[in-house]
Amino acid sequence: MANIGLYMELKDGVFKKSNRELLSLARKSGQPVHAVLFCQDTQPYMEELKGIQTVVQVKGADLSYQPDRYARTLAAVIQEFKLDIFCGIFSAQGKDLFPRLAAKAKASLVSDCLAVDLDKRQALKPVYSGKLLAEYRIDAGTALFTVRPNVIAVETTAAAATPEVRTVAMDSGELGTKITEVLKSASQKIDLTEAEIIVSGGRAMKGKENFIILEDLAKVLNAGVGASRAAVDAGFATSDMQVGQTGKVVNPKLYVACGISGAIQHFVGMKTSKIIVAVNKDPEAPIFKKADYGIVGDLFVVVPLLKEEFRKEMS
Amino acid sequence: MNIYVCVKQVPDTEASILVKDGKSINEAAIKWIVSPYDEYAIEEALKLKEKIPASMLTAVCLGPERVQNALRTALAMGADRAVHVECTVALDYQNTARALAQVIRMDKDFGVIFMGKQAIDDDAYQLHILLAEELGIPAATNVMAFALEEQKVKVEREIDEGAREKIEMAVPCVVAAAKGLNTPRYASMMGIMKAKKVEIKKITLSEIGIDESQNRIRLLKLSAPAEKPQGRIIPGEPAAAVHELVRLLREEAKVL
Ligand SMILES: Cc1cc2nc3c(=O)[nH]c(=O)nc-3n(C[C@H](O)[C@H](O)[C@H](O)COP(=O)(O)OP(=O)(O)OC[C@H]3O[C@@H](n4cnc5c(N)ncnc54)[C@H](O)[C@@H]3O)c2cc1C
Ligand SMILES: Nc1ncnc2c1ncn2[C@@H]1O[C@H](COP(=O)(O)O)[C@@H](O)[C@H]1O
Repeated sequence: MANIGLYMELKDGVFKKSNRELLSLARKSGQPVHAVLFCQDTQPYMEELKGIQTVVQVKGADLSYQPDRYARTLAAVIQEFKLDIFCGIFSAQGKDLFPRLAAKAKASLVSDCLAVDLDKRQALKPVYSGKLLAEYRIDAGTALFTVRPNVIAVETTAAAATPEVRTVAMDSGELGTKITEVLKSASQKIDLTEAEIIVSGGRAMKGKENFIILEDLAKVLNAGVGASRAAVDAGFATSDMQVGQTGKVVNPKLYVACGISGAIQHFVGMKTSKIIVAVNKDPEAPIFKKADYGIVGDLFVVVPLLKEEFRKEMS
Repeated sequence: MNIYVCVKQVPDTEASILVKDGKSINEAAIKWIVSPYDEYAIEEALKLKEKIPASMLTAVCLGPERVQNALRTALAMGADRAVHVECTVALDYQNTARALAQVIRMDKDFGVIFMGKQAIDDDAYQLHILLAEELGIPAATNVMAFALEEQKVKVEREIDEGAREKIEMAVPCVVAAAKGLNTPRYASMMGIMKAKKVEIKKITLSEIGIDESQNRIRLLKLSAPAEKPQGRIIPGEPAAAVHELVRLLREEAKVL
């Protein structure tokens, strides 16, 4: 028997969608599952957490994210609940927190997993920017895995058993790495790494103002807006929108690439998308070799048509 | 200040990577480069060095003989010294961090250590923090703005969709660079000539007491992901093609 722990990420109190993916993964193992939440009240989340063993509630006067405190708290939880495996989301916070936790808990971490075998302590992860897949096993000590959003199918369980809630105290020790301020972005953008649909523009967008046509399309689809590096470098889009080797790795159900040639460095950032659609006026553009569906045409004509067609579809 | 930059040598981003014997890659036709994020790290380290009189920048790289080229690149860009940790075996992340820590610890006065947010070969996203924890110093990753003010390092890092965290740390500390931090310089001709003359210090794993037997993460298998079957171009006038596309997305791909 192995004790499995899950870090349930809350963003401004909202239960992250990918937490459900972790829960599905863990429930399937048939092992005791312990879900850890940093919150003053577990009630809003209990419905989501049905069918697991234990909810570990971390309580304290100040629960704001400070990496040192979070890592020390979780290391203590791993020890107290004798967790053999501990999983989290490969999110901005997961990327920061889990290596710290690995060091503090003397554990080993495999990050950005596409599949995890909890029984064998094995995981599959992309390497060489996704050109290859590597299978790793953690031989000894606590095994940590961060899982890429959108890869694990969510299965809802009928199992209604309500977990036992245990509380532990938040660490309040010293801060080596001190977050002094969080600057929210003015626009409430959709997180590309977790987005279900992404519409992206490349150099062919020609200007910053033209991104509005992609934003309009994105609004209809409730999608995030991405960009190629050429578009970012030209100042048409901001760097947080860049998809690719030196940008974000995204994994949506649907990726619509508009005026993007399909260079390898862009492709590795979006190749795991379930369906790729390309709009490009050059029938020889490499993106067509990688897309599931392509339309040869001028994006300034095609994108507005797409918006109308999707609007009809969605209503 | 003794500033450090850890660089990793990786295959060129254009290189096609082929698996050899299930656990390693065929290195025959590969052109090697400094991992792109480490170039931002080198640039930021150079900018800091230029601000602090009598400071010294050391580049460190762990890997086989060929990684000396990556160190030459760092030297050509302006690093003063280079240390090559000779390693021909596969070390896991923790073990690599331990080795890098041993080398940096030999210097009692190390200051800011710059690294990349991720190396684009193993894409492990963790060496920076593991190294910092090993050395018992703070770390910030995914850094897009860096400043040293009154003995404190102040950085900004990107978190979700344009949101940023401001972080303060004492020196020594680790700073892991993201794209957008700066624009890396090209090595000058003079820099390249100078780099050729610098003697690269070599350290073996046995000198620092590191070996494979301490690995806890084991690579079982490397494989190429299944190729997507080639897709299709939807013919017809834009309006008709768009109509057909949406139908296919709904009925065939089932993503709507
Ligand atoms: C180390 C390194 C890292 C990199 N990292 C990244 C990365 O993270 N992300 C990334 O994207 N790139 C990255 N690149 C750059 C990459 O190699 C390409 O240069 C870049 O992706 C090209 O962007 P693009 O497709 O928008 O532009 P282009 O290659 O110029 O393509 C524009 C496309 O638009 C089409 N087009 C033009 N007008 C229209 C129109 N009106 N309607 C429809 N189609 C039109 C053209 O046919 C063409 O195919 C990296 C490169 C290096 C060396
Ligand atoms: N073998 C190595 N030698 C020197 N620095 C390394 C090595 N491996 C990783 N690094 C550093 O650690 C950073 C993060 O790498 P990783 O955690 O492997 O994705 C890299 O950008 C480098 O700065």
